[in-house]
Amino acid sequence: MQTVFQQIINGLSLGSIYALLALGYTMVYGIIKLINFAHGDIYMLGAFWGYYVINVWHFNFISALLSAMLVGAASGVIIEYFAYRPLRHSPRITALITAIGVSFFLENGMSYLFSSNTRDFPQIIKQVNYNLGGVLISNIQILILVTACILMVLLQLIIKKTKMGRAMRAVSVDPDAAELVGININWTISFTFALGSALAGAAGVLIGLYYNSIDPLMGMTPGIKAFVAAVLGGIGSVPGASVGGFLIGILETFFQSIGLSAYKDAVVYFVLIVILLIMPAGIFGKNTKEKV
Amino acid sequence: MKTNFKYNIIWFIIMVAGFYLMNTLILVGVINTFIENMLVTIGINIILATGLNLIIGFAGQFSLGHAGFMAIGAYATAIITQTATTPVGFYLSVFAGIVVSIIAALIVGIPTLRLRGDYLAIATMGAAEIIRIIINNMKITGGAAGIFNIPQLASWPTVYIMVCVTTIIIVNFIHSRGGRAVTSVREDEIAAEAMGINIFKWKLAAFVLGAATAAVAGSLHASFLQTISPNDFGIMESISILIIVVLGGVGSITGTFVAAIVLGVLDTVLQDFGALRMVIYAVALVLIMIFKPSGILGTWEFSIKRIFNRFKRKERVEQ
Repeated sequence: MQTVFQQIINGLSLGSIYALLALGYTMVYGIIKLINFAHGDIYMLGAFWGYYVINVWHFNFISALLSAMLVGAASGVIIEYFAYRPLRHSPRITALITAIGVSFFLENGMSYLFSSNTRDFPQIIKQVNYNLGGVLISNIQILILVTACILMVLLQLIIKKTKMGRAMRAVSVDPDAAELVGININWTISFTFALGSALAGAAGVLIGLYYNSIDPLMGMTPGIKAFVAAVLGGIGSVPGASVGGFLIGILETFFQSIGLSAYKDAVVYFVLIVILLIMPAGIFGKNTKEKV
Repeated sequence: MKTNFKYNIIWFIIMVAGFYLMNTLILVGVINTFIENMLVTIGINIILATGLNLIIGFAGQFSLGHAGFMAIGAYATAIITQTATTPVGFYLSVFAGIVVSIIAALIVGIPTLRLRGDYLAIATMGAAEIIRIIINNMKITGGAAGIFNIPQLASWPTVYIMVCVTTIIIVNFIHSRGGRAVTSVREDEIAAEAMGINIFKWKLAAFVLGAATAAVAGSLHASFLQTISPNDFGIMESISILIIVVLGGVGSITGTFVAAIVLGVLDTVLQDFGALRMVIYAVALVLIMIFKPSGILGTWEFSIKRIFNRFKRKERVEQ
């Protein structure tokens, strides 16, 4: 029983990182129907920014996290402006290939500028383990969970309560009609990218603290897993992405704990294929009928 | 086949002439080992990219899992030729690789080809990653370290012949009744279905044929480079093949040839730049998608038949 709880705690802390990433995927997909392949690389940029400011400018955790969110948001908006905006009316495959190109660019650009070595993330918070009835939980895990939950609640408030959030929901339902009632589509899409990428930047700093190591290719696998989480929760649905992220995190730690850690990535991909085939709308997604 | 017989013969003559030209150039010493390596890499990339172009460009199914099928071919050759170190063993291993990758393509394709567009891309990418992870964890494949000291049984002539054979098969498939069915599926699935075309069958046919050629390329890759590891066949490799297809033009075999040759030469020239080379490729990919999404040649094909017809028309006009 203790091991089960232990794995759930580990899974939740990993899952909250996936959830933060999945939110970005789901929002961008909801609004422009694009799988933003470069999303995982913005998470990598966030982690590198955290590494840089903590080592060179001696930021504390909160300021590192907030500045990484700003950097993430800025890079998301820049990518959207230069790479995706010119392609808004082209076929979806074209946009997807562009997204792959942007991801390739960020990964190799970072490898070229700062070498592709793995480096240790500075430990600004000293790890303390608490023992709760045989279940070990570290302060970093608590920090990750709390930060992720605060960010998710904030995001939900922005989407549901603010004017910009209402505009985002309107554009995702029908861009043309939204434009007719006076919503600036370009701003709304930029804002969506900024929000999603800010969460990815935060996730980058958190994973740096949790795993202690970062490298320029770190974004690829978590990026795809977060996409799986978004699909599992129902792509386009914000609560779905959070739930999907936690589920994928728990699934992964579960397979790790039963001694199949070599296959943990394969399991996630397998889950993706199964979900796409059995319930392509995901847990919280809406089913849409196809018309000729 | 019968109507295109004359043009196939002409192509065959051109291919044989090309082969002898290359051979004499190697004998004379114009082509040294360095250039020969480049040519072999280009050849392997041509096989991979024509197969992927059949899937993406002609069948309209966006697959991101080409490297997985390449891995199957590569490992088949690596494992078999270690015990059977003869040319016969090599061809046997190519055949084995094709059979296994066809089985894998059926297992992957039957469920996933029902998906559309970007979902299919993600699903095939996941499938290729599963193949890679399985290889990574098996004993016979040498795990994460891979296999080295694979006997070099494939040299430049083998690669050249394989390029010719796979291209002839793919081009003839495209120009056959099946090829027209496949293209109609790309244009409009519902309309094709209304015309009585079994869209699922033809999607799968294109997918399996593409996977089989990828396995051939993998075999050549393993035998020529003599060292393989699971990391050679990751998402990056699939994307590199995709870049060739997109650069040359989605739906143009001629374009694929041109792009593979251009990128192969660029690769050799920019070899000292390492990571910067990949940065240039990435920027090029994005720029092409923004400014000329159809690639260098679009869907244009070099066709001997058309040149012939033009001459015939001229004669008729002169008479």
